[in-house]
Amino acid sequence: MELANIEKLLEKYENAETTIAEEKELKNYFSNGNVAPHLEEYQVMFGYFSTSKNERYTKTIQLNSQKKSWKWLSVAASVILLVSVYNGYENIQQRKAERVYAETIGALELLSTNLNKGNVAIAQLQRFEDTTNKIFKQPKK
Amino acid sequence: MLLTKLKMKQSEFLKTVMPFKDKVFRVAKRLLVSTEEAEDATQELLFKLWRNKEKLKDYKSIEAFAMTMTKNYCFDRLKSKQASNLKLVHSNYKENNTSLDRQVELNDSVSKVHELIENLPEQQKLIIQLRDIEEYEFDEIAKMLNLKPTAIRVTLSRARKTIREQLLKQHKYGIS
Repeated sequence: MELANIEKLLEKYENAETTIAEEKELKNYFSNGNVAPHLEEYQVMFGYFSTSKNERYTKTIQLNSQKKSWKWLSVAASVILLVSVYNGYENIQQRKAERVYAETIGALELLSTNLNKGNVAIAQLQRFEDTTNKIFKQPKK
Repeated sequence: MLLTKLKMKQSEFLKTVMPFKDKVFRVAKRLLVSTEEAEDATQELLFKLWRNKEKLKDYKSIEAFAMTMTKNYCFDRLKSKQASNLKLVHSNYKENNTSLDRQVELNDSVSKVHELIENLPEQQKLIIQLRDIEEYEFDEIAKMLNLKPTAIRVTLSRARKTIREQLLKQHKYGIS
């Protein structure tokens, strides 16, 4: 390509008026070894553009994200937490009930022993009455 | 049965995505600078596309849509990076880390161009990438960025002129 033409294209290029095809021409021209000395600074630039286009994304694309599994994990964790809290609550309730039951039993036992004491006393009283009855027999009318 | 159907869908999706996945990666790398971050961004974006695969039929060009997504994603990333000081410190540290091989690279004039583009404002960077490297037409870029083609020409012209001026300066510097 003629040098004059290249210079004209470069001017258009700087004003952002070149088409893609014209820019490809420029890239082609500057990828050749024979570049006019006063245009050397362009060579580096167009060379950079061309080599940059060769960079690739080399990692494999993951469509099953790990993030999703994290989400599920947190759901599972919160369910477990909920269940264990509920279980713990149940446990506490159970223990409370047992304590109340034991206390009630204790109170009833206390009551029954005291009642028994009363019974003994009453039995003694009964004997006393029996004996008094024997001794002072009431004449029947 | 269901699994094979899913596999089919996946391979179909991969086929539509294949032609432009490298472009997504390169654009992301241009904006985010680090290769690692660009790889993460690409993975994330492709996964987003996959999740919205039902909606993709409504778009005329999936590739243009993917580019728009890439742009938005990267700009968001950059914004949040700027917002959190901690990250900024971290990225500065990273920069220092690589500055040694960068200095070595700098002798290579091709990476000088890379450096010059890196110093451009985000929008100019992006448009240079889309036009001069990915070779999209102006109206395609206009659709991707939701701008008028004339606005893109103006920005592109500004970027090209800056790069050339800087190169010219360095060129002269090298000679004298």
